[in-house]
Amino acid sequence: MTFEWMKIPFALLTLFIVVNYGLLLTALMQKIAARVGGRHGIPIYQNYIDLLKNYALRSAITHGFMFYLGPVFRLTGGVGLLLFVPIIYGSPMFSNMSFAGDLILALYFIFFGSLGMALGAGESGHPYSAIGVTRGLSQVTMAELPLALAVFAVAVQYQTLSITEIVAAQQGGFLHWTLFTNPLAVIAAMLSFLGSMMRPPFDVVLAPQEIPIGPPTEYHSAYLALMQTNRVIFPIAKIVIFMNLFFGGASNWPVFFVKVFAIYMVSVLVGVVFPRFRVEQSIRWFMVWAVPIGIAAILIV
Amino acid sequence: MEAFVKPGEKNRLKERPERPAKEELQPRVVTTPDGQEITVEPLKDYYCEAPPKVHPPAYFKIVEDLFNWARAESIWILGFGTGCGAIEMRPLMTPRFDAYRYGIQWRPTPRQANLFVISGYLSVKTLKRAIRSYEQMQNPKYVVGLGSCTINGGMYWDSYNTIKRLDRYLPVDLYITGCMPRPEALLAGFLELKKIIKAGKGEGANRYAENFAWYKANQKQVIHDWDMPDYSW
Ligand code: SF4
Repeated sequence: MTFEWMKIPFALLTLFIVVNYGLLLTALMQKIAARVGGRHGIPIYQNYIDLLKNYALRSAITHGFMFYLGPVFRLTGGVGLLLFVPIIYGSPMFSNMSFAGDLILALYFIFFGSLGMALGAGESGHPYSAIGVTRGLSQVTMAELPLALAVFAVAVQYQTLSITEIVAAQQGGFLHWTLFTNPLAVIAAMLSFLGSMMRPPFDVVLAPQEIPIGPPTEYHSAYLALMQTNRVIFPIAKIVIFMNLFFGGASNWPVFFVKVFAIYMVSVLVGVVFPRFRVEQSIRWFMVWAVPIGIAAILIV
Repeated sequence: MEAFVKPGEKNRLKERPERPAKEELQPRVVTTPDGQEITVEPLKDYYCEAPPKVHPPAYFKIVEDLFNWARAESIWILGFGTGCGAIEMRPLMTPRFDAYRYGIQWRPTPRQANLFVISGYLSVKTLKRAIRSYEQMQNPKYVVGLGSCTINGGMYWDSYNTIKRLDRYLPVDLYITGCMPRPEALLAGFLELKKIIKAGKGEGANRYAENFAWYKANQKQVIHDWDMPDYSW
């Protein structure tokens, strides 16, 4: 395999586009949620200002080595996920560093950030962090299961572990999307998706009513800014995987923007309608609803 | 009676005798399950005692102006209701007033907040916590005193356990008058605070660091069971 150096600037360009789109998109989603509550909500550019403000704070304190590394790991999870999956199908420029077995790597990256964060937040020593991490890891582990099942179902269905090939197999009209060829896998994956988007009913990690901030309680200044950066990249990176695996991928940027928006909207719609689960309720919910569907998806294929 | 000295002036009132720290804060030796003996010094192990530093603004004025603009447009309030005025903060989040559209948000942790709203009377007990919360916030940070209680004691003027003037204990950037101020007054106050920050005058954290000894003397004058290091970030 030869490495093309031209891929690096295009990967950076991808990152740039996604960061900006993410900043605007998350603000838009907050605005939509605010409108549902009858408020105006934040200005659409508010996320840029918050980010700049946090980078501009003059002092920062540390709680130790892992405390430093937590946000870095988290960001690595988001950026890594983004860089190793093909963003735009059929475009040699924006396929980034994708390779034959990238599906496995992507699955790993989804989990990686949470683990790094758990270590960092653990070292911060705040009780809310510890509680948040425990809640988060139990839910992520549980939500990961249906996703893994769905991904394996898709891998068996298309007989490949390469995301590019999976997208290629879905071309030619939307009836070829996994959504229609293997609906059970998509349902299982979308249920898992809800669990990992940190919106109600599954925001047990930040749990605004009990442990208001959760794991990042002690994070501030530039650390927090790093995590904010990740928070706009990571959902989109994850949505890109979903888009590629289940919704036919995107062959150009406008389609990409629309599809990412639509998939994101699913979690927002569910989020504004439902109140929050408790931890054990959410885990039971995944056990009862998402996991059997995932298993059924594999069996049917 | 409270101490009243101007910054830089020597504290004329006599020092109070130091009380011994509570038992759970005393250094002690603990034996671990595997037989090791460890000395635990709660005050040293759990807190930092380094005094606050003055953090100068960015070297280039244009950069600092940009930063100040960002700080003014993104105000994160520490959600810590200290007095009855705190009740007026809730309507600000609701559709009627909706402070979010001004970039004002509430954060429940001092680490991430840059505005501390002292919402009304401060009892001595709460003052202790307020000081610790303030010290945990990151520079630059701002303090807004809400209601007449923070200005002159308000209706608790002759109470034995509330403080009268907030700016003797924490560097206040802005007072909002009223008992209690309406949410509109609060919004107006926040907009005024934005002007102060944009003009580069929101340097309360540095003022606190510069006059640290004076602030500490005043704080210790009213808080009798100090029981914590002088500075705890
Ligand atoms: S000023 Fe009035 S409303 Fe505010 S804390 Fe004092 S008594 Fe309560």
